[in-house]
Amino acid sequence: MSVIRAAEIKIADAKKNGLIKGPVHLGVGQEAIAVGVSKNLQDTDRIFGAHRSHSHILGVDNDLHKLFAEVLGKNTGFSSGMGGSMHLVSKSKGFLGSVPIVAGTVPLALGAGLASKLQKSGDIAISYLGDGATEEGVFHESLNFARVSNIPILFVVENNLFSSHMHMSLRQPSNTINRFAKAHKIESKLVDGNDVIEIYKTSSEFIRKMRLKPEPYLIEAITYRWFGHVDWRDDIDVGVERSKKDLLNWKKRDPIKRLSDAMINKKIWTKEKQITLDSKIKELIEENWEKATTDDFPNKESLLDNVYKYD
Amino acid sequence: MFTNMIKTTYSDAILSGFDYLLENYSEVFVLGQGLWSPWYVGNTMKNLDKKYGKERIIDTPVSESACTGAAVGASICGMKPIIVHPRMDFMLYAMDSIVNQAAKWSYMFGGQLNAPVTIRCIINRGGSQGAQHSQALHSWFAHIPGIRVVMPFTADDARDLLISSVLCPDPVIYIDDRWLYEQTANLNPIKETPLDSVTPKCIKKGDQITIVGSGYSTLLALRASNKLNCNGICAEVFDLRVLNPFNSKNILDSVLKTKRLLVIDSGWKTCGMASEVITSIVENIPTNTLIDPPRRITLPDCPAPSSEVHEKDYYPDEEKIIKFINKFYCF
Repeated sequence: MSVIRAAEIKIADAKKNGLIKGPVHLGVGQEAIAVGVSKNLQDTDRIFGAHRSHSHILGVDNDLHKLFAEVLGKNTGFSSGMGGSMHLVSKSKGFLGSVPIVAGTVPLALGAGLASKLQKSGDIAISYLGDGATEEGVFHESLNFARVSNIPILFVVENNLFSSHMHMSLRQPSNTINRFAKAHKIESKLVDGNDVIEIYKTSSEFIRKMRLKPEPYLIEAITYRWFGHVDWRDDIDVGVERSKKDLLNWKKRDPIKRLSDAMINKKIWTKEKQITLDSKIKELIEENWEKATTDDFPNKESLLDNVYKYD
Repeated sequence: MFTNMIKTTYSDAILSGFDYLLENYSEVFVLGQGLWSPWYVGNTMKNLDKKYGKERIIDTPVSESACTGAAVGASICGMKPIIVHPRMDFMLYAMDSIVNQAAKWSYMFGGQLNAPVTIRCIINRGGSQGAQHSQALHSWFAHIPGIRVVMPFTADDARDLLISSVLCPDPVIYIDDRWLYEQTANLNPIKETPLDSVTPKCIKKGDQITIVGSGYSTLLALRASNKLNCNGICAEVFDLRVLNPFNSKNILDSVLKTKRLLVIDSGWKTCGMASEVITSIVENIPTNTLIDPPRRITLPDCPAPSSEVHEKDYYPDEEKIIKFINKFYCF
């Protein structure tokens, strides 16, 4: 979680300073979800993300250099510099793609689970989506299809209460979305998205069951993003409700600090160790950032490459 | 030898393409609405569910978007899925999975992954079915880089291009036309052909005018050219076969010879495939090559009418084509 946090803070700073061209959707404050889920995954599982997916890919592939290179558009990045922050891939770790069309990857993850079932591989599919994506029709189609065809897919809904600038209360008649799982007879659990242990335990239980018997499950994790929808700003005033007070309250529920404090209380961790860890991570970030900045951009001649596989 | 003489219909040829793929490639599976019922797909998938099992031939809920997306996702994971849309009009629910996802999966990830899905959709029109049960949207899809668009005209192509489409590492939209289902041919033995080697094909030789069609409009072109023969006009007929990426070379060579060009398309006029064919020829030939200006016969720019009175005027037929040629071309 600390590595993901530090990487995104670095990206936020770089974006603010004009070093990154494309938009970056930061998930600072939401790290516990990807970390808790990823602990249960293997390289052959099939993971699909969305627009805010730095944590999802780092959860299974912590190659900071590749993430930094990708957001900088360098050919050494996760997507060979062709994707940027919004299109990330790590095939060898089972992260099969993240894209910024809301709910766009939900049916793709469904198909990945269907493929796994037909291949009898025992692998599962993970579909990360936000609360906004639950307002897309294809999400409901996918829940239905997953249920009637018993597809091994875990829908992980990161409910950070906002879709872009709009609070959930302005978009849906209820503040939680696991009601949709109930409607489709999919077992689900509403969890504290800022509690990495709870997320780990819930996903662990669901994933263990899915591997034994292909079936869909859904986790709704309530959380909050510290930055605005896109880039580094707080977005506390974008014309609609997102108050500074709410933001400060949610910052008190920081998933990293909560874990660290709990471990210190239980005497399995110390403040000194946390300080040492943080400084090591800082070095790691700087080292990988430096390396990424010196890498090359894709060749100009590669503009038309990979439109088709047959060339 | 004798079996080679048995004529096969276009729709049976499609069925034999499915049969070949399911028999020889375990990663092939099919999903879509109506696959367990002849109501939707004619006999083109008859009994495949009984032969290969309902796990591989999946009749789905009424969810074009999720099912097409699922086919795309499965293709990214090593399968060769075929998603079937018994009527192209309903497939518009699935545009995100086709245009935003499948078409771009290879490019935006630097070629590390690809989506070798086949999207089979059927043009099913006429009989007063009206505006939402009649569309031929091949030109739309041909506009999108990253998707290959295939329209077979012959029964051989209906079978072999289905096989080529499914074995192709890129997403392919394979469009068959119900108005061709009863066409028959003596089928050649199956030959696996890489789709990128398939180009527009000359199906009738001639030297006075080049007529280009795709799918059903190639049949119209062929019928019209046979009538033109009676009038002493010798037309060369081309079938596009693959609309995107479009390779104009064979047609260009033909037009340099015939010096006249007519394109017949079963879609609309504006920004349609006919415009693309004409432009790609005209911009590559010397000025004054053409004896007559290049022309196109398309649907008029209006939705398909339900009234049978209007329907007769709406769709091109061979008589209209002959009249058109007599009006606009001088031989």
